[in-house]
Amino acid sequence: MALLEVAGLFAGYGQENVLRGVGFAVEKGGITAILGANGAGKTTSLRAISGMLRRRGSVRFDGQPIEGLATEDIARLGVAHVPDGRGTFLDLTTEENLRIGAYTRKDRRAVAQDLERVFSYFPRLKERRRQQAGTLSGGEQQMLAVSRALMLRPRLLLLDEPSFGLAPLVVQDIFRIMRGINADEGVSVLLVEQNAGLALELADRAYVLETGQVVISGTAAQVRSDESVRRAYLGF
Amino acid sequence: MEALLHQVFSGLATGGIYASLALALVMIYQSTNHINFAQGEMAMFSTYLAWNMINAGLPYWWAFLFTVAISFAAGVVIERVIIRPVENAPVLSVVTVFIALLVIFNSVAGWIYTYTIKTFPSPFPERALFGNRFISSHELGAIAITLAVLVVLYLFFRFTPLGLAMRAAAQNATSSRLVGIRVGWMLALGWGLAAAVGAVAGMLIAPIVYLDPNMMSGVLLYAFAAALVGGIDNPFGAVLGGFMVGVLENLMGAYVIGTELKLTVALVLIIGVLLFKPTGLFGRVFITRV
Repeated sequence: MALLEVAGLFAGYGQENVLRGVGFAVEKGGITAILGANGAGKTTSLRAISGMLRRRGSVRFDGQPIEGLATEDIARLGVAHVPDGRGTFLDLTTEENLRIGAYTRKDRRAVAQDLERVFSYFPRLKERRRQQAGTLSGGEQQMLAVSRALMLRPRLLLLDEPSFGLAPLVVQDIFRIMRGINADEGVSVLLVEQNAGLALELADRAYVLETGQVVISGTAAQVRSDESVRRAYLGF
Repeated sequence: MEALLHQVFSGLATGGIYASLALALVMIYQSTNHINFAQGEMAMFSTYLAWNMINAGLPYWWAFLFTVAISFAAGVVIERVIIRPVENAPVLSVVTVFIALLVIFNSVAGWIYTYTIKTFPSPFPERALFGNRFISSHELGAIAITLAVLVVLYLFFRFTPLGLAMRAAAQNATSSRLVGIRVGWMLALGWGLAAAVGAVAGMLIAPIVYLDPNMMSGVLLYAFAAALVGGIDNPFGAVLGGFMVGVLENLMGAYVIGTELKLTVALVLIIGVLLFKPTGLFGRVFITRV
């Protein structure tokens, strides 16, 4: 049973379509990776799902069509988006950035628990909780972006290049935490990644985009063993 | 010495009012990067509403409260109905809308209430409090109310989830939407708050400058100067700037250039700040890569 089902999706900026009839799915409790070169439409796919740009086609979340909803209403359904560029609220403190992630939730006690939980994932953020988020390093801001998304208690997590600009050790951390959240809480993940090797390790399904269209799809194992994927994205 | 102290204190009193209005300007500027040129006229109109209610026999503080509430609602409605359609319009279009609002409020006030100058009551007693000679009780009361408004706003923005959401929406609309904040409504609330704060400023300044449709034009200029001196994107700067401009205006008027030329102080400050330190005392420098 798919939690997110995208079919025939066209989307773009201005008059130009970046996505030209893309379709993919994220299973309930699954992790789907979208791979592809720069400009293939990976980030655009996530933005189209979140309603951040003009789009046409079908996007269903838990069976409900969401292609006509506003971004904030999609978020309220339980879709958390870690955007390209991290989307940090630079003038707010680290803790305020996290609290704003839980803005739509009313269960205050659980929010307080979740705050402690993300601090246990990323102790560095706890050390910096009263610091202005704009003063955090790039890696810390990436941790903050992931944590802010988790504070929403999402059912679906959209991750745009979580490894971007991070030290390998931090990347390992983030991917380990993602795997844990997926396994323990059943949060489904749609992952966009340049680092195809890493993404395929984590994902159960994968799609390869080229110039706005899906060219290869299948289980992560199938995609990993695909000759052209190996040559183009895995480098062996 | 006594005269000097008196000038300083009454400067602080009017400065507090400039600070409130400057804060209203900054609140809207932070979230939209626009200066609401009609902020002063909206405050003037609110003050007329209060005058209506007081004349109809309502006790002062009830009239005060109702005026603040009505102004808040009116601010929200103006944002939703008039400003929202031009949200993504070029800057000049938005400025035109603001100027139109200014002229409309001014003319409608003149039409309904005429341009005859009216007195507006102060809720504070005539005689000086605590037998001091430096400051009238209205001035002291104005400072107290201003400070109370500032503290309430500070607590609201700093400690409530809604205040946090409004700050977030002002800073980063895209990220705010991604966590489920209804950014459009946050802007409307910001307009409501700004209009409410402006109404308080109008009611506090009216006993000093008297009530007429043009009463806020000078005040708004001082508020601009205050906001610019403090840094147009910094609420604390705007408040501090307000008090500074108030005192400076009074001292310059009393000792240097005379009361007739007082308003030039504001203009000189505005031009001076824009020429020599465009970010003001506490504003941030924005570096944009192009």
